[in-house]
Amino acid sequence: MSPRTKKARSDLAEAADIGTLSFEAAFEALAAVVAQLEDGDLALEEALTLYERGQALAARCGQLLDEADLKIKTLVPGGALEDFAEAGSEG
Amino acid sequence: MPRMTLPLPFAASPEPETWTVSDLNRYVRQSLELDYRLQALRVRGEVSGFKAYPSGHWYFSLKDSGAQVDCVMWRPRAERQRFIPRDGEAVEALGSVTLYEARGKYQLDVTSLQPQGEGLLYREFVRLKARLEAEGLFDPARKRALPARPGRIGLVTSPAGAALRDLLNVLRRRYPLAEVILAPTPVQGPEAPAGLVAALRALAALPEAARPDVVIVARGGGALEDLWAFNDEAVARAIVAMPQPVVSGVGHETDFTIADFVADLRAPTPSAAAELVTRISLADLRGSLDDLTERAGAALAAAVETRRAALERAQARLRAASPSTQLALGRQRIGDLRARAGRALRHRLALARERQAGLAQALQAVSPLAVLGRGYAIVRRPDGRVIRRAAEVQTGEPLTVRVGEGEFDVAVRPEEKR
Repeated sequence: MSPRTKKARSDLAEAADIGTLSFEAAFEALAAVVAQLEDGDLALEEALTLYERGQALAARCGQLLDEADLKIKTLVPGGALEDFAEAGSEG
Repeated sequence: MPRMTLPLPFAASPEPETWTVSDLNRYVRQSLELDYRLQALRVRGEVSGFKAYPSGHWYFSLKDSGAQVDCVMWRPRAERQRFIPRDGEAVEALGSVTLYEARGKYQLDVTSLQPQGEGLLYREFVRLKARLEAEGLFDPARKRALPARPGRIGLVTSPAGAALRDLLNVLRRRYPLAEVILAPTPVQGPEAPAGLVAALRALAALPEAARPDVVIVARGGGALEDLWAFNDEAVARAIVAMPQPVVSGVGHETDFTIADFVADLRAPTPSAAAELVTRISLADLRGSLDDLTERAGAALAAAVETRRAALERAQARLRAASPSTQLALGRQRIGDLRARAGRALRHRLALARERQAGLAQALQAVSPLAVLGRGYAIVRRPDGRVIRRAAEVQTGEPLTVRVGEGEFDVAVRPEEKR
């Protein structure tokens, strides 16, 4: 198996995981993809694959930004974390 | 028996009266309350034995170097009091003098309390600040940088305070991607310092995976005394010991506490603290995301464009290498060669012609016929040999003489021979 096929396979595997990435991870991966693309020196097919991956990562980031809702936990005695119910309702 | 009303001051009493204790105390109380100078006065002194009861009333003493007086502040007044005194503090109390009849003790019924300049607390604050500063705890080199995008933000504040509401509002608006971990603690009162220390330590003790990337220690604005827990040495040391950067947002812009000095970053208010830990907001991230997407598109377009240009160059070279192009080129070269050959030939002919004319002229110059033209003659024997010496001829021998134009035969006479 040539290194390139191996790489393409791992890209595919990563692509399947994009939907589970955190914003930080997806954003960093996107930045890395763009840097690699801008570096040039890629086979066109590789560039296309990378671009598609970048699109998927950007979509994941956008989705996470749209869905973002501050999670609030409170530390209870003993060091456990519980969901925090805010006093009073807002808007 | 004394009456319920006061007797006249100068009424003569020939005989000492016998009173009950209750009568006496009531009488003294009423006497005190009649003295207008004792009904609205300010008293300066140092607070001692301060105690806030669950009922809401405050009891304490005011003292100076030589005396002390009991004081009481009833709940309605105490509730409105923003400045909460501590033992040792210099204050000025406004109130009136009365008597607690049940115990026969006179006391100051305090309606309001003001701190008096540099009290004991302030001197404590200055001393602690100097000590911690000398230890290097305020050193700018100690300050850690905040993470650009905190995944988890720890909040050390009161769960019921306005500060928490402000913090959450700002964090929700600017960076809802974050997870907030509230470590609840009282932020004023006697339990506040220990509570703050415990809350900080609880955050520090969280397992790595749940540990906040940055911690905000916050309390809303209040009287200087309300912020006193943030001037506690144990609190300061707990902040210093935190494994992650700590931002302080205590009180108002003008309030500086020890916590502010030891924190990695001091924010003027809780809201400002929340802004400072979310320097990159959701809007900024959207912008960065758009930018990255655009750059990816541009990079891909550039990659495609590079290939297209290379393809065009290759195609041009391919066209140049095709047989029909080669044939046409060959034909053109043949034509060129032919034209060049024609030109060369004509040139050589002209040269040859020129040369031949020159040679003819030169030949003409050396031709014996030209000499004969000038009157010389060539004499030959019948066998064709040219006579160069007289001895070569025999008498009577026939000779041929060639002159410029034509020839004739002669014979040698004997007497003429020498």
